[in-house]
Amino acid sequence: MKRISFFLIIFFLYTKSTYALIEIDITRGNLDPLPIAVSPLHVDVKSETHKDMNIKELGSEISKIIEKNFKNTGLFNPLKKEAFVQKPDIAHLKPRFEDWRLIKAQALVTGKLLVKDEKLKVEFRLWDLTAAKEMTALAFTTTPSNWRRVAHIISDKIYERLTGEEGYFDTRIIYVSESGPKNERIKKLAIMDQDGASTKYLTLGNELVLTPRFNPTNQMVTYLSYFRNMPRVYLLDIETGMQEVVGNFPGMTFAPRFSPDGKKIIMSFAEDGNSDIYTMDLETRVVERITNHSSIDTSPSFSPDGKFICFNSDRSGLQQIYVMRSDGSDVKRITFGKGIYGTPVWSPRGDLIAFTKVRKGRFYIGVMRTDGSGERLLTENFYQEAPSWSPNGRVLVFYRETKSGSKGEGFSASLWSIDITGYNERKLTTKTDASDPSWSSLLSK
Amino acid sequence: MTFNTNLKNILLVVFTTLILSACSTAKKSNLDGDVYTGKETVKYLASGVPDRVFFATNKSSLTTASRATLRKQAKFLRKNKKLNVTIEGHADERGTREYNLALGERRANAAKDYLMTYGISGKRISVISYGKEKPVNPASTPLAWSQNRRSVTVKVN
Repeated sequence: MKRISFFLIIFFLYTKSTYALIEIDITRGNLDPLPIAVSPLHVDVKSETHKDMNIKELGSEISKIIEKNFKNTGLFNPLKKEAFVQKPDIAHLKPRFEDWRLIKAQALVTGKLLVKDEKLKVEFRLWDLTAAKEMTALAFTTTPSNWRRVAHIISDKIYERLTGEEGYFDTRIIYVSESGPKNERIKKLAIMDQDGASTKYLTLGNELVLTPRFNPTNQMVTYLSYFRNMPRVYLLDIETGMQEVVGNFPGMTFAPRFSPDGKKIIMSFAEDGNSDIYTMDLETRVVERITNHSSIDTSPSFSPDGKFICFNSDRSGLQQIYVMRSDGSDVKRITFGKGIYGTPVWSPRGDLIAFTKVRKGRFYIGVMRTDGSGERLLTENFYQEAPSWSPNGRVLVFYRETKSGSKGEGFSASLWSIDITGYNERKLTTKTDASDPSWSSLLSK
Repeated sequence: MTFNTNLKNILLVVFTTLILSACSTAKKSNLDGDVYTGKETVKYLASGVPDRVFFATNKSSLTTASRATLRKQAKFLRKNKKLNVTIEGHADERGTREYNLALGERRANAAKDYLMTYGISGKRISVISYGKEKPVNPASTPLAWSQNRRSVTVKVN
């Protein structure tokens, strides 16, 4: 992906002092989605052509992406454009609030764009139709090929203004693309925009690859590869394609994740059949052993302040979730419910741990507080696991596999997301079968 | 008369019990607990030397049958001194991916350790875990899962 810079100019400084009547409480699940009108962005007639882009339709395309983002949150109800009552350019100057209220819209997004000198200039405004006021406005400039990201950044700004939470639209998801029969699966690393667009494959499928995870501070990825039939943790720079093996371990390393500052990788190393947890500092290359126990210790995940690690161990006999200090001391079991627990992942907000639970042959994705209390199971299925957090800690993405017939027919793997409220479960669109998703941080942060 | 009825009843009970137990043995003929005991997926390193052993759900302990198989493998390896092997550890699809990788590793090493106690040098044995990634039977049934919970000894030269 091209390195880009956005020039953010906030105009109409009085917007901050505007008293907002509309707001969305996203801590509740079953709310009525906010009716919002996203006007197509007005395309300035002075716009020039750019490569093979259809500039005339660009304003409309951007508004469609924004609408889709909003619809997918389950928090907004984007209204049909046929009912719109004002031309985009006029509405952008000042909407006739009472007319928009007639079509039951509570919020309105307007904007305009200009393509000139190989640059795309965009501005948008968010209007509170009930209070008849502008809520926020922003202008920025980028290269025209970044137009999809423009749509995601506008979505993020509006989401932030209306919910008070950071957005998650200008993000990507890395995952394992799967094809072929169940017992001869071909697996490749793939990356796509959060909305399923711009899929790219990062490996060729010659070797088995599993569990890619983003560095929370940049666009590096760590994953497990069976390159030369030696399962090891690798580091991949998705900008340059450069990759390297992490550390010099004489056996399998797996279950990697970054520390919250992105400077260390935490993972399992299996020695003589026993898996323990280790960290490696990516700069100094210093390896530290964190657990030393004759049971399986795996799936480690740091708390966002880096002080604690949650992990999966069968030291009690079956898989359970434990929390310890980041130096390995003070190990405490936190799951005591019926069933077995795996894949703990600490929320980026720090307040929850997401997990997979298996009970009576059914698989659940759930969240609990970091001391194990307040367990809430969000979704149940034949097989699902590996939750990964949206960067704002409000949504989980995970993968699900279907039951297969006697020859493996009917098998599929797909990515799903669900709000931590347990509402808005949704299948993600991927080009192929998919598993092991990991959500990036915001690209423009 | 009373005696006769009683006898009839007893015979009926005995008969029913026999039928029921016959049924249950027929059903479980390839499973001991949930450990696979059949031969359907088994290959052979040499005549009479099965290449794999099977495990119970979430377990890596060797059953009596598994130990007998591994003793045959050890005998075979003692005879073929230049032969090296890789032991592949596998899990069924009913667990989380990362735990299954660790479990496959533990199963492969359980087999390796047993071969070593029968005099095979650890240098001749490498291990690799595939977790749930390489099922031998792709069906989603308890039988398929029992066939997939396995460690397989593979010749490397």
